[in-house]
Amino acid sequence: MLLRHTTAEVRERTALTINPAKTCQPIGAMYAALGIHRCLPHSHGSQGCCAYHRSALSRHYREPVMAGTSSFTEGASVFGGQANLIQAIHHLFAIYDPEVIAIHTTCLSETIGDDIPQIIAKARDEGKVPPGRYVIHANTPSYVGSHVTGFANMVKAMVEYFATAEGPREKQINLIPGYVEPADMEEISRMVEELGIRAILFPDTSKVLNTPQTGRYTMYPPGGVRVADLKRLGHSLGTVALGPLASGPAARTLDTRCKVPCEILDLPLGLAATDRFIDTLRQIAGVAVPDSLTWERGRLLDVITDMHQYFFGRKVALAGDPDQLIPLTEFLVDIDMWPIHMVTGTPGKKFESRIRALTREVPHPVNVQAGGDLFLLHQWIKQEPVDLLIGNTYLKYIARDEDIPLVRFGFPILDRIGHIHFPTVGYRGGVRLLERILDALLDRQDRDAPEERFELVM
Amino acid sequence: MSEVLEAGSPPALTPPPEEVKRELLAGYPTKVARKRAHHIVVNAVDPEGTVPEIAANVRTIPGIITQRGCTYAGCKGVVLGPTRDIVHLTHGPIGCGFYSWLTRRNQTRPKGPEDLNFLTYCFSTDMQEEQIIFGGEKKLRQAIQEAYELFQPRAITIFATCPVGLIGDDIHAVAREMKEKLGINVIAFSCEGYKGVSQSAGHHIANNGLFMHVVGLDDSTEAGKFRVNLLGEYNIGGDAFEIERLFEECGLTLVATFSGNSTYEQFARAHTADLNLVMCHRSINYMADMMEARFGIPWLKVNFLGAEATAKSLRKIAAYFEDPELAARVEEVIVREMPAVAALLEEVRGRLAGKKAMLFVGGSRAHHYQELFREIGMETIAAGYEFAHRDDYEGRRVLPRIKVDADSRNIEELQVEPDPRRYSPRITPEDQARLAMAGLVLQDYEGMMPTMACGTLVVDDISHYETEKLIELYRPDIICAGIKEKYVIQKSGVPMKQLHNYDYSGPYAGFQGAINFYREIDRMVNSKVWRYLKAPWQEHPELTATYVWE
Repeated sequence: MLLRHTTAEVRERTALTINPAKTCQPIGAMYAALGIHRCLPHSHGSQGCCAYHRSALSRHYREPVMAGTSSFTEGASVFGGQANLIQAIHHLFAIYDPEVIAIHTTCLSETIGDDIPQIIAKARDEGKVPPGRYVIHANTPSYVGSHVTGFANMVKAMVEYFATAEGPREKQINLIPGYVEPADMEEISRMVEELGIRAILFPDTSKVLNTPQTGRYTMYPPGGVRVADLKRLGHSLGTVALGPLASGPAARTLDTRCKVPCEILDLPLGLAATDRFIDTLRQIAGVAVPDSLTWERGRLLDVITDMHQYFFGRKVALAGDPDQLIPLTEFLVDIDMWPIHMVTGTPGKKFESRIRALTREVPHPVNVQAGGDLFLLHQWIKQEPVDLLIGNTYLKYIARDEDIPLVRFGFPILDRIGHIHFPTVGYRGGVRLLERILDALLDRQDRDAPEERFELVM
Repeated sequence: MSEVLEAGSPPALTPPPEEVKRELLAGYPTKVARKRAHHIVVNAVDPEGTVPEIAANVRTIPGIITQRGCTYAGCKGVVLGPTRDIVHLTHGPIGCGFYSWLTRRNQTRPKGPEDLNFLTYCFSTDMQEEQIIFGGEKKLRQAIQEAYELFQPRAITIFATCPVGLIGDDIHAVAREMKEKLGINVIAFSCEGYKGVSQSAGHHIANNGLFMHVVGLDDSTEAGKFRVNLLGEYNIGGDAFEIERLFEECGLTLVATFSGNSTYEQFARAHTADLNLVMCHRSINYMADMMEARFGIPWLKVNFLGAEATAKSLRKIAAYFEDPELAARVEEVIVREMPAVAALLEEVRGRLAGKKAMLFVGGSRAHHYQELFREIGMETIAAGYEFAHRDDYEGRRVLPRIKVDADSRNIEELQVEPDPRRYSPRITPEDQARLAMAGLVLQDYEGMMPTMACGTLVVDDISHYETEKLIELYRPDIICAGIKEKYVIQKSGVPMKQLHNYDYSGPYAGFQGAINFYREIDRMVNSKVWRYLKAPWQEHPELTATYVWE
């Protein structure tokens, strides 16, 4: 057994995390920063942070992930990281010519208490920031929240650094896609375009972390939100923020600073959440939903109708981020599956109450934990087995030990290739998710069926 | 020194390496260029095997985009991580433990279903703001207690992450206290990420901790005539399994591996071996030297990457023991393994000979893997380490001349005295001198540069900019580096082989490993993918007519 020391009996732990269901803030900030065009993320800390984040993102996306580091040494840790950061800003601009450097902090520089805005100002005073270039920052202490918090903080920094209330109102909305995949961002853009709505999508990692093989490497791929557009965020009529944890803080900051009202929605995962997304956009912008989108919705519903018999009453365990797990749980409940074990590593009690509310009609006891870990999830599964696991690659160890099919979803996916090209958001994404869930369930049924009950048509 | 002679003639690079060096530096601000100039060297080997000086193991310039990681990664990730029956507890915020969880591909093979194996687990104190402000010792103590109650491991190791040193948690005191309380070994490593200049500092800290707190704790021995330790072999992709197989067939008894496929008990008994075999000199030479000083165990540099190199290493081991039976068994194994190697070489050489490779990786792999490329007839035109020291480039002969700077001084250098009871030199100085005359030099590593051709480029701690530039100027047929470089290189249209984790394949050690590697390089270099980089309309954009069939 791979996880041979995991037993069903749950003992209270107050200090030890085993097999985390989250990681630290800076990686979320790095990912978000890659969603600005010609932006070079910069990790203000030890080299290892940057190396680990770049490695983790590279393994998941199988794409180049560029970022600088302040390369702290013991001296920098004692005397502060100012000298290192000013040098880094100078070198990054001189050697790599980004338009924006997006600095995020680490547990090291946060514990020291480096004052990043002051250091940026000093770098500017010393002429280290070329004209027309920008340095922004987000505080992302690794000992608070999770990678989702880091993403949210960097998106908020985009608002804080670029958005201004001055200027004319423009007939457009801001759209914050949340901590989702490049293909999801692309799909969200497409749906908004179908609705005929002009939107500034930020951040936008599509065409940055899903680039073609051309034989020519470009450090700054064509994707990413333009600085010019970030400067117009304050002119928009409103903001639609997807995912309360990842996108909420930026949306609220825009409201406070620039009086741009916001709607904070769940990520459009599954039927009902996508319905809310489309319907909100329709009402905000006063547009009619085109037949094309209604048609897509109908297809998803059709697929659900066809697949329903295989979903009904099947138990599922999920691990991931709150913004994803909430609409996903709702989706599973809507197709009459029974999500019974839900764990996120990200802290926050709201997660638990929302999951409780969504699973009220599930005729089975439900376990849910925010700030939990995969060890706990595994123990729950040992107590009450499930038919399906949904989560990142680390769940494959549980899947194999317990012989349960796994649908890979979330971050990181380290052992399968191609997922970055297929969205899971929207109606089309919903069809794909269901196809993968059904494949997993039916592959298992085919594997386990006695010969006389092995079916051709299912 | 025989490799010096094998190094071959200069490959006469175009553009000339001196010009390339100038061009690499031209893209930098003046101060950066001045510093980097010492890290970029055109190789030259004189008849004594002396090579030019290269700057290594010094601070990376902030903002340059380096390959390097941190001390924690070197200590927890590299050296100690592979040991399966220890609970490796990361004391810090969640990230460090998360990123080093199963990502290095150290394989391990527990003896049975009841055997302890924690490699699939990640243990962390998941430090929160409260601990940053009020201290984390209490949580650490409690986490150790919980780990003990849940798992009863053989030992518990504690790894400090960056904030731990800053907030002043005394992890060593906690370790002592919990060791006393629980009755199992609890060992703390002050491997905060900011110490040193790269992973290398972490290797040293890991070596020190293991040596002080584990090696020599258990005097019991297993039977075996030729008892060896394998140092600096981490069982990436199953390399150690392949070497273990060869050792068994040759009749060598493997007491301990540091640390691929290893257990706590192996470390505790490692001092009972009669010879230390050093694979990755960079990460483990401290242990080899300290065991020599305390227990009198000599060490021998070996390399099991490359079929010839493997044969040569096995012969060196046999030569050390001076036992005709062992020598005969080694020859038997070589004779049995070589035909398959030769047959495949015959097949692939025609497709690979003369092609060009670059290797920028690690602290020994950039050297060792040149052997494999040489065997398939490929030239290494540029190479460099990510975190090695000058002795790994220039050979241990430079050790007395290496300046100890402030960053190195931060890492404790243990003063090791002979163990009053157990020091027993396994070889007399006379015998050692005699073996040296016959070509078997103990306690030595000649370094990478003396084995490389003159006129090749050596680049230490290569930056992203330099990598991009070298691709543009030389268009090599393959580049070996790590995951962060992987997709930059591949998107440039150049095949890229990861030599930290082998791109999820391997093993590449030993004879069977060499076969795997030849096949892999043949597959990569000759993949059809590279033919399709341009669409037909990009190859021939001219239009002749509209709707030609009209």
